[in-house]
Amino acid sequence: MRPIATTRSAAGLPTGTLAVWWVLASEIVIFGGLLGSYIMYRLNHDAWSAQAANTSLPIGAFNTFVLLTSSLTAVLGHQAAERGDGKRAAKLLRYTCVGAATFITVKAFEWTHEIREGLTITSNTFWSFYYTAAGLHALHVIAGAILMLFVAADAAKNRELHRVELIGIYWHFVDIVWIFLFPLLYIAK
Amino acid sequence: MAEHAAHAQAHAPINYIRVYQMLLALLMVSVLGPLIGIKIVTLITAFGIAVVKAYLVAKNFMHVNVQPRFVVYLLCTVLVFMVLFFAGTAPDVMEHHGDNWVKPEVVQASSVHHE
Repeated sequence: MRPIATTRSAAGLPTGTLAVWWVLASEIVIFGGLLGSYIMYRLNHDAWSAQAANTSLPIGAFNTFVLLTSSLTAVLGHQAAERGDGKRAAKLLRYTCVGAATFITVKAFEWTHEIREGLTITSNTFWSFYYTAAGLHALHVIAGAILMLFVAADAAKNRELHRVELIGIYWHFVDIVWIFLFPLLYIAK
Repeated sequence: MAEHAAHAQAHAPINYIRVYQMLLALLMVSVLGPLIGIKIVTLITAFGIAVVKAYLVAKNFMHVNVQPRFVVYLLCTVLVFMVLFFAGTAPDVMEHHGDNWVKPEVVQASSVHHE
């Protein structure tokens, strides 16, 4: 018998799905507050353009490509889970994890280069925002990838396939946050 | 599983590859836009396209449109809170003075100027 909390549907959708949407609602407030503050300061400090000029547009664009691709594999994994094909869902979730690993690796090289240039979190307010926003996002990428590996392990055995959708929803949210971070940190110069 | 199957039926068939291609095309436009060098074009291609990309991901990948209506209300509510936060704090951050207040650095700068 499965626990009641995973099967009841008082709100019109499975409890796990409801929980993910609640988490995302709180995440919107966290990232929204951070990005809203960034925009306020950015509009008020033209000098930040000179700082933003040090960020690499090609690297930012490549990481956007990586996250969009990983979102595709996540949603295709969800599609496979809906058909009851747990093995394919697990395979696609692992591809998504490869995307996450690529994103983090690129970010690590990017940050190493910037820190060697003397652009650290304490350099000025722009770089404080840059490292805080991108770092918080990177932590979400890492957390999502770890959770995805657990979900993929279960999915490969055709167990708990509904979790493929749940981790997918979370992953797409992480993608959306980056969609807004990319122009703010890499394009607006 | 029964709930999952019922949920699957609620999804209209979506060509995810097509959506992905659209997202990549929009990414290319947002990267190429700033090369023109016109500020308003950069703003539109960067931030306008970010909104469109986010909408495509939310609708087609997260399936927000097939969730119960209260999920949409929940998301809209927190977005409204964001706007309220911005509207409430932006005057303090972005203005140098207001009714009965002046930022200390502005006072300092003006005193240096008078000296």
